[in-house]
Amino acid sequence: MGVKKIVSTVLTFLPGITIAMLAVTGFAQMPIFKRYYIADIPGFGWLAKFYVTHYMHYLLAVVLLAFLGHRSVSWFLGRKRGAGTVWTTKIKRLILAGLVATGMMLVVRNLPGYHFSPGVLVALDLTHLGLTVLLMVTGVVSVVVSRIIPDQNNKSV
Amino acid sequence: MSEKTMDPSISRRSFLKQGAASAVTIAATALPTVASAGESQQLATLIDIEKCVGCGACVEACREKNQENYPRVKKPFPKMIPKRAKPEDWSDKQEIIHRLTPYNWLFVQTTRVMVDGRERELNIPRRCMHCINPPCVKLCPWGAARQFPNGISRIDPDICLGGSKCKAVCPWKIPQRQSGVGLYLDIMPSMAGNGVMYKCDRCYDRIEKGGEPACIEACPEGVQTLGPRDEIIKLARERARQINGFVYGDTENGGTNTIYLSPVPFETLNKSMEQGPGRPDFEPKKDAMAHGNNLVTAMAIAPFAGAMAALGKFYMFTKKSDTKEG
Repeated sequence: MGVKKIVSTVLTFLPGITIAMLAVTGFAQMPIFKRYYIADIPGFGWLAKFYVTHYMHYLLAVVLLAFLGHRSVSWFLGRKRGAGTVWTTKIKRLILAGLVATGMMLVVRNLPGYHFSPGVLVALDLTHLGLTVLLMVTGVVSVVVSRIIPDQNNKSV
Repeated sequence: MSEKTMDPSISRRSFLKQGAASAVTIAATALPTVASAGESQQLATLIDIEKCVGCGACVEACREKNQENYPRVKKPFPKMIPKRAKPEDWSDKQEIIHRLTPYNWLFVQTTRVMVDGRERELNIPRRCMHCINPPCVKLCPWGAARQFPNGISRIDPDICLGGSKCKAVCPWKIPQRQSGVGLYLDIMPSMAGNGVMYKCDRCYDRIEKGGEPACIEACPEGVQTLGPRDEIIKLARERARQINGFVYGDTENGGTNTIYLSPVPFETLNKSMEQGPGRPDFEPKKDAMAHGNNLVTAMAIAPFAGAMAALGKFYMFTKKSDTKEG
């Protein structure tokens, strides 16, 4: 396998892996992985370290945002237009937009000197979590749909 | 809605309703409620360790003032699943005053150290440091903790599920958990949550009305001075110069709103005093939120970098096509 092929394969799976890891590190912000013994599995101990998963979540967000910037311009220039336009993909894009928007607000919240009123704080956290669950459900539905109707161009993002 | 007009607490019922309703309205309501307050707006306390005689008046005043805020526990506790999540119960040990507990948000640490060649007893009031950028507030996954523009951080007992993440991320491990109380009892008492986390809220309600925290008001020795952070830091450093003393809390965890002034180095204090659960140390603390926040610039640049890469690829593609056609 040539270097070009390896790079191409990595780039194909990178968005999906990034989103999956964002979900994992996002869920790790809740104190559940230690409680439910998942962090006890060898190699998974980092899931119980809040600062590690928080930093990883931010790093992965950088990768996702770069990818989204790339995808948006590619779409605009027509290189990716027409790909992934089935209804599940449209829903996933909407959810992703919501996740990015709420995520960005949470990033701002985490900066020194920024205060959110209690209602907004709760709403932001729950919306970000709810959208993640929704994205996962839509992902599963998307796979099922693509199996039932295989000729649909059902791209992951 | 402005920051000051918001009700600082949310009832359990309204919390559950909010969860569903707010998801829809968030985009419309969120932005106006974001308030950016600089450090200059934050209130800090200077605690002059040399002045404290360890009478415990502050502890007593704190307990009296917060009696109504202490947990009212429902027993028996829910059976926890899995068993690893053990209930924490301080309800039968409410009289404990020598450490932080859900029923004791302030205590006085006593230690003996050598000052100017003679042994002296030093008494140190300890409570939440009220960090400038508090990890307990910023990293709470439910938004149960919040920071007021004046720098006070507070955990809302009506929202907190008692997961204890705030304690895990706190550099001083300040918040303390009481099981058998709070929202988790109404959701999934066995599977999620384990009570409510409690800590000093620096009498935010008194300060809101122009008053002073109970501990400051009750102190007969004037150990604590409350004021704008800039002025308190200036005062602490000035006094430190005068007594050849040392300051703690000005830079710890990126800066806190509780500044200690000591006649001996905090390293010495730290070695001499008793530490452990509910008894915070005086170790140097790095800014816990800095690692993540340092990536914010990268986040802002990332979409543009991705866009530039796509543009570059498009340019190469069209150039190649032109060459082929030519």
